[in-house]
Amino acid sequence: MRRGIAIAGLLFAVTLAIFVASALTQAQQSALLPSEQVLRGKYLAILGDCASCHTSKDGAAYAGGRGLNSGFGIIYSANITPDRETGIGNWSTDQFYRAMHQGIADDDSHLYPAFPYPYFTHMTRADDDAIYAYLRTIPAVHAKPPPNKLPFPLNIRGIMAIWNALYFSEGEYKPDPTKSVEWNRGAYIVTGPGHCGGCHTPKNFLMADEYDRALSGSPIDNWFAADLTGEPRAGLASWTAADIEEYLKSGRNARATASGSMQEVIGLSTSRMEDADRAAIAIYLKGLPPSAPVKQSSAPDPAAMRAGGAIFVDACSSCHLSQGRGQLRLFPPLAGSATVQSHDATTVLHIILRGSHSLATNDKPTPLAMPAFTWKLNDQQVADVATYIRNSWGNQASQVDAADVAKLRSDLAKGGGN
Amino acid sequence: MANPDVVLVGFGWTGAIMAERLTAAGLNVLAIERGGWRDTPNTFATTFDQDELRYMWRHHQFENVAHDTLTFRNNAGQVALPMRRLGSFLPGTGVGGAGIHWNGQVWRYLPTDFAVRSHNLKRYGASAIPPDMTVQDFPVTYDELEPHYDTFEYLCGISGKAGNLNGKIQPGGNPFEGWRSREYPNPPLDMTYGPTLFASAATEAGYHPFVHPAANMSRAYTNPLGAQLGECTYCGFCEKFGCGNYSKASPQTTILPILMRRPNFTLLTNCEVTKIELDPGKTRATGVIYVDGKGQTQFQGAEVVMLTAYILHNVRLLLTSSIGKPYDPKAGTGVIGKNYAYQITSSVNVFYDDKIINPFIGAGALGMIIDDFNGDNFDHSGLGFIGGGYIGVVNTGARPIETHPTPDGVPAWGSAWKKSIAENYLKTVSIATHGAVMSHRGNYLDLDPTYTDTYGRPLLRMTFDFTDNEHRMSDYLTDRATDVAKRMGAREVQAKKRAGSYSVVPYQTTHNTGGAIMGDNPKTSAVNRYLQSWDVSNVFVQGASAYPQNAGYNPTATLAALAYWSADAFLNHYQKSPGPLVHA
Repeated sequence: MRRGIAIAGLLFAVTLAIFVASALTQAQQSALLPSEQVLRGKYLAILGDCASCHTSKDGAAYAGGRGLNSGFGIIYSANITPDRETGIGNWSTDQFYRAMHQGIADDDSHLYPAFPYPYFTHMTRADDDAIYAYLRTIPAVHAKPPPNKLPFPLNIRGIMAIWNALYFSEGEYKPDPTKSVEWNRGAYIVTGPGHCGGCHTPKNFLMADEYDRALSGSPIDNWFAADLTGEPRAGLASWTAADIEEYLKSGRNARATASGSMQEVIGLSTSRMEDADRAAIAIYLKGLPPSAPVKQSSAPDPAAMRAGGAIFVDACSSCHLSQGRGQLRLFPPLAGSATVQSHDATTVLHIILRGSHSLATNDKPTPLAMPAFTWKLNDQQVADVATYIRNSWGNQASQVDAADVAKLRSDLAKGGGN
Repeated sequence: MANPDVVLVGFGWTGAIMAERLTAAGLNVLAIERGGWRDTPNTFATTFDQDELRYMWRHHQFENVAHDTLTFRNNAGQVALPMRRLGSFLPGTGVGGAGIHWNGQVWRYLPTDFAVRSHNLKRYGASAIPPDMTVQDFPVTYDELEPHYDTFEYLCGISGKAGNLNGKIQPGGNPFEGWRSREYPNPPLDMTYGPTLFASAATEAGYHPFVHPAANMSRAYTNPLGAQLGECTYCGFCEKFGCGNYSKASPQTTILPILMRRPNFTLLTNCEVTKIELDPGKTRATGVIYVDGKGQTQFQGAEVVMLTAYILHNVRLLLTSSIGKPYDPKAGTGVIGKNYAYQITSSVNVFYDDKIINPFIGAGALGMIIDDFNGDNFDHSGLGFIGGGYIGVVNTGARPIETHPTPDGVPAWGSAWKKSIAENYLKTVSIATHGAVMSHRGNYLDLDPTYTDTYGRPLLRMTFDFTDNEHRMSDYLTDRATDVAKRMGAREVQAKKRAGSYSVVPYQTTHNTGGAIMGDNPKTSAVNRYLQSWDVSNVFVQGASAYPQNAGYNPTATLAALAYWSADAFLNHYQKSPGPLVHA
């Protein structure tokens, strides 16, 4: 009986499909009847967080036009909707694969690595085809991104051939047979679609990844993308795999609260991943060897510690509590915090100056926030309290100087970072 | 917008509770709030929140009396004048309403508080209730509301200790309270010195002290909706302030994070509803008229209108919209404006030489209480009054501009006054009494014949005074508090009874009640037991306006429980079959 209903249902669906196919365009048809490939492509677009860079503030999804700070100038993301004039509606699957795999556009011009093809090159052809199939199903939007703001000679795309020759190595991910399936899945996501190193790997003077220091943390847009290796203080050594999974799912765990652009990554990408993929990422990250130890700095100035301690009691302890122990999943602990003990204090200073609104997710809907102190504490006070929290309750990290705060304050005032 | 299923007028506690329940059931809900959006990081961040001058004295979170106020008189023989500065009570404005600046004192009414007329008549005879005391029973019982009190307490993460679990008295809790189905969600706050001294003396006197139930978090808490609250730091800025630490339950901390994500909820801010529109037959509301942020008058249609504003505004909207018959105190007829009540408070100060109290360590409901003289927990025979109140020491924070305790005989200003404050600030404990006010024929609300608001609507006129019942009761409570005070080993005890007529000037409590009371008879009440208007069945009136008289407790938990109770009836019965839920 049940089987009979199923067959009847199938017949109905097929009839409907024939009817619909005759009336609708190819793209609309796929949207109504998503194939396995389209669904997979949609999920891969989530893994790759494509919507983040390819959607401008208040703009239509995937219509591009978001300005990305390349380190040399502003590069505007492409419209990847199926619009034929301004999007990629005329691209073939081969052209799309070539862009993902080699960083070359349909007109044979070079793409800038702000589009992270050095990561996407690790993806399989099947995955690229799936993303292509998905992108054919989204609404076409007629929107031309603004011209890039790059200085000569970087405004000549051909120059990227030289960059590629120096820094780009093409090739799909090769599974490591000595590792587990999960580890290999994690490695594929992190080094492929997830392009985590795009922010977390240090860059050289031409903004290419320093592969031998992969994922050991890097400055970006007045933040410092954290060290994801097993480094004992600033890295993820103290995090369990479950901590990493929870963080990627909800933006918070017992050790940290996401800030800066990681919130967007979590909101649009990692919180929407399948549990198994978050687990695979965690397994891979937990297997990373510690980054090179930071040179032991001398003990912080006792006067700075005294002043910082007093500010901490007045301004910080009501939420982060005495001993910097925090309130788990609510206000992050400062004692033992990787963010606080980061090699580079930019993120801590940024949060003190600007405050931070935590990401609200279905899992953790309360939009908790830390207020901004930029109007309340001067450079020396911010430096002192940062030095204090970086060197109390067992924490250890370099002292912060007022000049560092002054520079960040001025950079933030110019509009960098959010 | 298209007619939503329900339009809520006002967006404080009852509005947020209703919106949450109704949207969870899939209804489209629009809330219209006269004030602006408020949230923790932007409106009361810790970097600027603890500002006594700005918030307490300059009223930055409260109703703006230049925009809207009421007129006041003590009795019908006087001419009412506009209240041009807030004093006795502090209504809120803006998202969250007064739920932002409350202390978080969360009380359930006693079972007998729901049966004030029948219980007192039964126990003390017909003479217990004088002819002009217009008290009525609630048309709902404690047992019916118990699950809804429980829902609110778990929503808020109340810190406390149960005194009566399913009928079994619990050590450390209030032995007089009604039964509760389970323990409070969070343990009591850590107690400070002053309340502890009071509790020891009260125990010696044979009373039953217990910890005040508090919407201030004793630990981090995630409520059943998934909203997160942080641990209270006892900063002492609850009452009249927002909480920057997410440590005090409010619509913002307990409901809005979830509600605002729901696609079937819409909030209009800076839009003030001025009237409920009725169909020509005056039996059905068609929508509301409001003035938007640009001063333009708009109409919003609605299937159902729920008044979820402060009681004074609920009552005025009913009067200006001609819903229900206005109360006439001379004839004793009509219902809208009837049985306005308040509360009566007094204090007993205890001055020490040798004890440092540190009263600035505070939280809105951090204290020790005795309930031996509340409601009908004691024998009133021969006392000449009914009702009662709680007595206790609550360390709300002793903020410096407000708190300047001086013993009798000290000048009210100058260097001797300053010297005395310096000597006594750290060494004073203040015992408070917090008493009920029974409803009285001459205490009521109506429309002022002379004064209008910024939109030209008549102001609400409040006619109110304490009666002999209240003074006898309050004096009795003050005497009991003084008995305890004398056992506290102090240098000096100073009783401050509440004497004379009620004054609208000094702050007392923001616990105004009545005016659209609930009952089982349309001749004597404005709304039925589900808070539905008897006259216009698609209008519901939430809040403390429904209380037939005031009890000795803070009103918030009861109005929240009534909102949950009303929401259940609305979803389970009204939605299936719109129309009167009770046939009189």
